[in-house]
Amino acid sequence: MTKDAEPLEQAPHIDVRDAQAERLLSAWTIPSGWRYWSAVNNSEVGLWYTGMTLFFLLFGGVLALLMRIQLARPNNDFLAAETYNQVFTVHGSVMMFLFAIPIFEAIAVMFLPQMLGARDLPFPRLSAFGFWCFLLGGIFLSGSLLFDAAPRGGWFMYPPLTSKYQPGIGADMWLLGFSFIEIAAIAAAVEMIIGALKTRPPGMRINLIPLYVWYVLVASAMILFAFPPLIAGSLLLEVERAFDWPFFDPTRGGDPLLWQHLFWLFGHPEVYIIFLPSVALIAMIVPTFARRPLVGYSWIVLAAVGTGFLSFGLWVHHMFTTGLPGISLGLFSAASQAVAIPTGVQIFCFIATLAAGRVVNSVPMLYAFGSLIIFVLGGMTGVMVAVAPFNFQSHDTFFIVGHFHYVLIGGALFPIFAGAYYFYPLINGKKLSDRLGKIGFWLSFIGFNIAFLPMHLTGLRGMPRRVFTYQEGLGFDNLNLASTIGAFILAAGIGVIFWDLLRPKGKEPYSERNPWQAGTLEWTQEMPGKPWGIRSIPEIDSRYPLWDQKNIERDIDQGRFYLPDAEEGKRETIVTSVIDAVPEQCLRLPGPSFVTLLAAVTLGGFFILGTFHWWTPALVSLVVATVVIIYWLWTGTAVIPEKEEKDVGLGLTLPIYVSGSQSVSWWAMFITMLAVFTAFISLVFGYFFYWTIHEKFVPELSPGPGVFWPVLAAVLLLGSWGLTLLSRRLNKNDRAAGFYASLIFAVILSIAGGAALLAGPWLTGLDPTSNIYPATVWILVIWTAFQTAVGVIMQLYCITRRLAGRMTARYDIDISVTSLFWHFNALTVCIAVAVIAGFPLLA
Amino acid sequence: MLAASPAVWAVHFLLSYITASIWCAKAADPNGSFWYVLAAIAVYTGIALAAIGIIGREGYRRHSLRGGEIPHDYDSPEDRHRFIGFSTLLLSALSAVAVVYAAFVVLFFRNCY
Repeated sequence: MTKDAEPLEQAPHIDVRDAQAERLLSAWTIPSGWRYWSAVNNSEVGLWYTGMTLFFLLFGGVLALLMRIQLARPNNDFLAAETYNQVFTVHGSVMMFLFAIPIFEAIAVMFLPQMLGARDLPFPRLSAFGFWCFLLGGIFLSGSLLFDAAPRGGWFMYPPLTSKYQPGIGADMWLLGFSFIEIAAIAAAVEMIIGALKTRPPGMRINLIPLYVWYVLVASAMILFAFPPLIAGSLLLEVERAFDWPFFDPTRGGDPLLWQHLFWLFGHPEVYIIFLPSVALIAMIVPTFARRPLVGYSWIVLAAVGTGFLSFGLWVHHMFTTGLPGISLGLFSAASQAVAIPTGVQIFCFIATLAAGRVVNSVPMLYAFGSLIIFVLGGMTGVMVAVAPFNFQSHDTFFIVGHFHYVLIGGALFPIFAGAYYFYPLINGKKLSDRLGKIGFWLSFIGFNIAFLPMHLTGLRGMPRRVFTYQEGLGFDNLNLASTIGAFILAAGIGVIFWDLLRPKGKEPYSERNPWQAGTLEWTQEMPGKPWGIRSIPEIDSRYPLWDQKNIERDIDQGRFYLPDAEEGKRETIVTSVIDAVPEQCLRLPGPSFVTLLAAVTLGGFFILGTFHWWTPALVSLVVATVVIIYWLWTGTAVIPEKEEKDVGLGLTLPIYVSGSQSVSWWAMFITMLAVFTAFISLVFGYFFYWTIHEKFVPELSPGPGVFWPVLAAVLLLGSWGLTLLSRRLNKNDRAAGFYASLIFAVILSIAGGAALLAGPWLTGLDPTSNIYPATVWILVIWTAFQTAVGVIMQLYCITRRLAGRMTARYDIDISVTSLFWHFNALTVCIAVAVIAGFPLLA
Repeated sequence: MLAASPAVWAVHFLLSYITASIWCAKAADPNGSFWYVLAAIAVYTGIALAAIGIIGREGYRRHSLRGGEIPHDYDSPEDRHRFIGFSTLLLSALSAVAVVYAAFVVLFFRNCY
């Protein structure tokens, strides 16, 4: 084993160490009193995030019990049909959007830095912002149930039910509320990807990273491509509901099936977005208790990456009964079978590791075993429903309900409980009770199977899902009663687990360090942990450094590695290269701030007020949110440091400010724009989808928007793009006058280009409410124009930054990031114009 | 490198789906013969398998650089290189299987439905 840099041979003198620790503590102190809520430390944000997701789990669970009471007997009247509709819709939506996805983000925010030996993630305020968005959106959505105003179209909100037949605000609440939460999820994905790629400790090459990190990387990348189609779909459905544009109205050329495509383009990968980070917890737990490295590290990478890709080829298997061509069903059925291969591979890796190691019994392993058993059963029925003819029979029956609860509870809930028992000491330094853990497990495991196994049979006997009651004597009675009894046993088990998590533990002693004798870096944490994350950032030589690197814990504690101090009183961590984790930068991180909360409240205001169609206050809230976000960026990002470089220890000196593709800001913009671009492409997909289903999608006579205005817009906007790039170069060469002139001219071109883009459909008289063609053209135009408006704000921001002396030739992150944005904008403009002006010529 | 073979699968999958969908939506007689579609999917499959084969061979070459053996967990640029090679090889195998699965539609369908 080669070693890149050795820790200091001699520990610094104890006085030096104490002074270092004191400075670190003061830099990383978590605010107290009411200011506690301005904290951005990953440990705190992660804890709030996890706490709220678990609260939503309980909330969704209570709704499930209400449904089970209603279905316990035939012809029951415990819940009215209308209430039942709201309850099952909110149950599904809460479990998916407010529990399963956010808990992945919550756990990752909490533990990713520890696993990577980083002090924090690269954008702590972004994590906090994501949390506040999630909290606001979640409370708003859940609270609607109390006012009898909740969505009631099922968790996948199919139009035309939700577009024509549900006039209340429930569907709007779902569409806007979840779009808001999805933005938070994308923000979290950006944070995770850059965290995993750029804040690894020196030496943690890509073949040495913890498997959890691989899974998180894949799941986060999937979020970038899976969530935008749903955001695009929600935009279309909300525009139809609010402004009567006919996207899903067949009488004016729309088609409800487009919603199903966009929803399931999100919905199926989403299952794996939930599953992968959960099974990742098992991948951390199994080696610890098998006392050996995981067998088949590369095979797990295969499984994670392979599943990530294949899961995007499954979406139509939710639409097997919609009358699509058989050959399409065949293709999606094939991919649905193929995804079972990587999914199975990782389970074999776990089994092989357990077989090859000396397994130590423990509560986390108990949950891990339970998870594997349940998930494998769910996977089997998954292969069954992937077979189209079987699917035709079981579609929308309780068989499906049984199947996906096996997958989700086995694939996500049990691993999360395993993770809770395993990682709990890292949260507050104490272990959970073995006894309560076992009781909780057996109640949950037995209750779960009693509840959900019979559902397969209920479904095969013909009981459809989402009915509020059923007639006596159809063969459903006893099976439903069993499911209800099982649900309550499961609830009791979960109750025991929650009690164990929440019960006061003041008198119990702290756990010893690394209580499970694990090999991964997070277990170097002291009990209880300190707010600095890690005392000094180690050089990594192994996949299991605590097993393989001698004295690593002592060397970290004594500050013998990198960044053992915070001389300037700033929060800092090390940024490294993507492949070999070579140190590149000493990154300064922002401290506590209420600006994230304010940004979330004002942005949330736009979505929440929009739900009630109060557009003026909603737009005012959006403007205020923009101002707050600009203030946040202005004061907290791309800050010019007081010196160029910093000695981070072990003879290594790193720059404090880097820009271009080495900077984390550049990566954040790149990743965000991938997601934005995916949403745009989803809208383009809509255009061509409508073209395929209509004989004459483009009207023959004067189709609009014509060629002149769109092409003029393209010329102007590409000019703006070119000038933005030029201004970046001029700034680099410190030619201030040229920089200002080119960027001001770029702003003028952008505004003119945006106006020309809107002029096309406007001047050719396209009425978006009249038919699907004008509506589709308008939505593409408005999207592009809105994106251009954001580009204008960024151009103006750069001009102001330079005027204020906050951006210079050397410190040029702002213009570098703006240029990157404009690359994407130029691409968007080209595609939009080619589609709306070019395609009618071809068609 | 890791994502190359799965990306080939994705392109093959999408092209096959788009070709079939557009043909079935736009062809004069959707129930009529559609040998063109089957031939197109067969051609896509041939190209995709060839591309995956090339990527997989490159992965194997990297994996076996100077006789490396799994699990490729040494802290060295060579072992990192071998690890990426081996993972590429595995992903290529999976992608090839997934492409072949998708190509089975050629055997089972003689018209859109």
